[in-house]
Amino acid sequence: MITSVAWRNIWRNPLRSGIIITAITIGMFAGVFSATFMKGWMNQRLEAGIETETSHIQIHNPEYRKNYDIRQIILKGFELAEQLAKNPTINGVSPRITIQSMVASAETGTGVKIMGIIPEKEKQVTSLSEYVTEGDYFESISRNPIVIGKKLSEKLKIKLKSKVVITLQDADGNLTGGAFRVCGIFDTANSMYEETNVFVRYQDLARLSMLSEGVAHEIIIHLHDQNDLNSTTLALREQHPGLKVLNWKELTPELGYLNEIGNLYTYIFVIIILLSLGFGIVNTMLMVVMERVKEIGMLMAIGMGKLRVFLMLMFETILLTLTGGTIGIMLGLGASLALKQNGINLSNWAQGLEDFGYSSIVYPVVEGQMVVVIVILVILTGILASLYPARKALKYNPADAIRTE
Amino acid sequence: MTIIEIKELFKTYNDSEIQVHAVNGVDLNIEEGEFTAIVGPSGSGKTTLLNMLGGLDQPTSGSIRIDDTDLGKLKSSQLIDFRMKNIGFVFQSYNLIPVLTAKENVEFVMHLQGRPKKEREARTMQLLEAVGLKGREDSRPSKLSGGQQQRVAVARALASKPKFVLADEPTANLDSKSTENLLNIMEELNKQEKITFIFSTHDQRVVNKAHRVITLEDGKIISDNRKK
Repeated sequence: MITSVAWRNIWRNPLRSGIIITAITIGMFAGVFSATFMKGWMNQRLEAGIETETSHIQIHNPEYRKNYDIRQIILKGFELAEQLAKNPTINGVSPRITIQSMVASAETGTGVKIMGIIPEKEKQVTSLSEYVTEGDYFESISRNPIVIGKKLSEKLKIKLKSKVVITLQDADGNLTGGAFRVCGIFDTANSMYEETNVFVRYQDLARLSMLSEGVAHEIIIHLHDQNDLNSTTLALREQHPGLKVLNWKELTPELGYLNEIGNLYTYIFVIIILLSLGFGIVNTMLMVVMERVKEIGMLMAIGMGKLRVFLMLMFETILLTLTGGTIGIMLGLGASLALKQNGINLSNWAQGLEDFGYSSIVYPVVEGQMVVVIVILVILTGILASLYPARKALKYNPADAIRTE
Repeated sequence: MTIIEIKELFKTYNDSEIQVHAVNGVDLNIEEGEFTAIVGPSGSGKTTLLNMLGGLDQPTSGSIRIDDTDLGKLKSSQLIDFRMKNIGFVFQSYNLIPVLTAKENVEFVMHLQGRPKKEREARTMQLLEAVGLKGREDSRPSKLSGGQQQRVAVARALASKPKFVLADEPTANLDSKSTENLLNIMEELNKQEKITFIFSTHDQRVVNKAHRVITLEDGKIISDNRKK
């Protein structure tokens, strides 16, 4: 009965309730939509970071990452890779040679990280091959093919089939060089990655750098299930104490924080919206209480206890908040789901986002847990906003309140 | 049988430096089934006396016993519970809950008491019929006339089967016809259900119907007449 009275009380003044409900609706729409947008954006960055760049786990010679010395190799890299591939939690393993070098075109040159890969194995650990938008992935050119990023191709002013010269210090410490021909250009959401990483075949780079076949600077591991990340990392660390086993969270901690920062930003944003709406709700409910002094007095006189009066006003506030909140959340989710397919194109407003690794087309992501937290925050706002007006109502003396005009 | 026993009742307000004795040494007994009017000019202490009788206000000194309960000894929460179970209220300006229908208004106190649905519905329909509002159960107060609203208020006051009903100027906002109608209904309920009614009023029509008329002046009872 109390909830029924509370609900009907909301509609006693439809204009006033309508205004505050509209305000809550708009606020929650903005909150939910920005939350799904941010989640989508962060997830895309995270996914790009893992799937295209680092993969899940990398194994190095412990000395290699200190100064990227070409001689700090895993001696039986291929053997280890084959052994690791038998692990049931591992989806794919790819050994790489990685050397800091210079790449030069006829026009200009720049520093890059050159990675010698086995294209078929690399497909199992990163999605780079899917991002080749011009040319192909080590198929059309048989002698010294190279796959470079779009940004680098623009910088070097080269196109498909162009020749570039790679200069590096080989395993004996001698400066050496080799000519490679561009067979593919990849275009990811991360311009910096495109500009600083190039890919060649393992055997071509091993020959050029005087490294023997079967060695590797890094072994890239991709898991079937991301949830096995920590346990597999620990297991590999135990199995290979002489090697450095790092997962993507340790290799690129900034990526790991992205998700948490995105969630934090979302909740702070929603809390700020709800806080400002809360003051509006308190104001509305104070007007309600002041308008109904006589009625509250009557209710207390006929035997409605203070707790029930308090609960009635609290339910009214919660229902008012929840009505606007539910409509706003539904609209926010609806808009997010509607834009999930085609994404939101920000390229007209946010040029340069890709320079920082963020896609300019954002696909909103709806997460159940986030929606539940937002609904709880809305209810909490209703409860908190009801406390002051409801407490004020309890201070009335029924005899005086009934005589109020 | 005496259901209300008032002894040496005082209510004093300290207005600046002057003490105002709103109720000034009242001794009074009310018997079960009485139809009593408390009359007197404005400021004579009628409403203050009624508020203390209803447990809405605390006396400065003296005691009010209802059956075996001393109201002065009840805590605030016990008083609310006592009011709900033992006292029916009818107010000057009806004071119905505007968002509830006539039926729901009558049922409300029984809801608070946690009475079963069947009992609530039977009692509500019986009372609405008794006050002549059968067929208007689903009307909200805004769709009822003043007289009809006050009849719903009477039905609500009786719903919990209280020991007595306190009616503060119940006819003040009603026209002659509605007043006559309401008084007849209350007199009938008084006769049939032996419900004790205590009115505070200025209205001569109420005084004419009352079986006992208590006149207050300056917070004191100056006359107490029972009609034969």
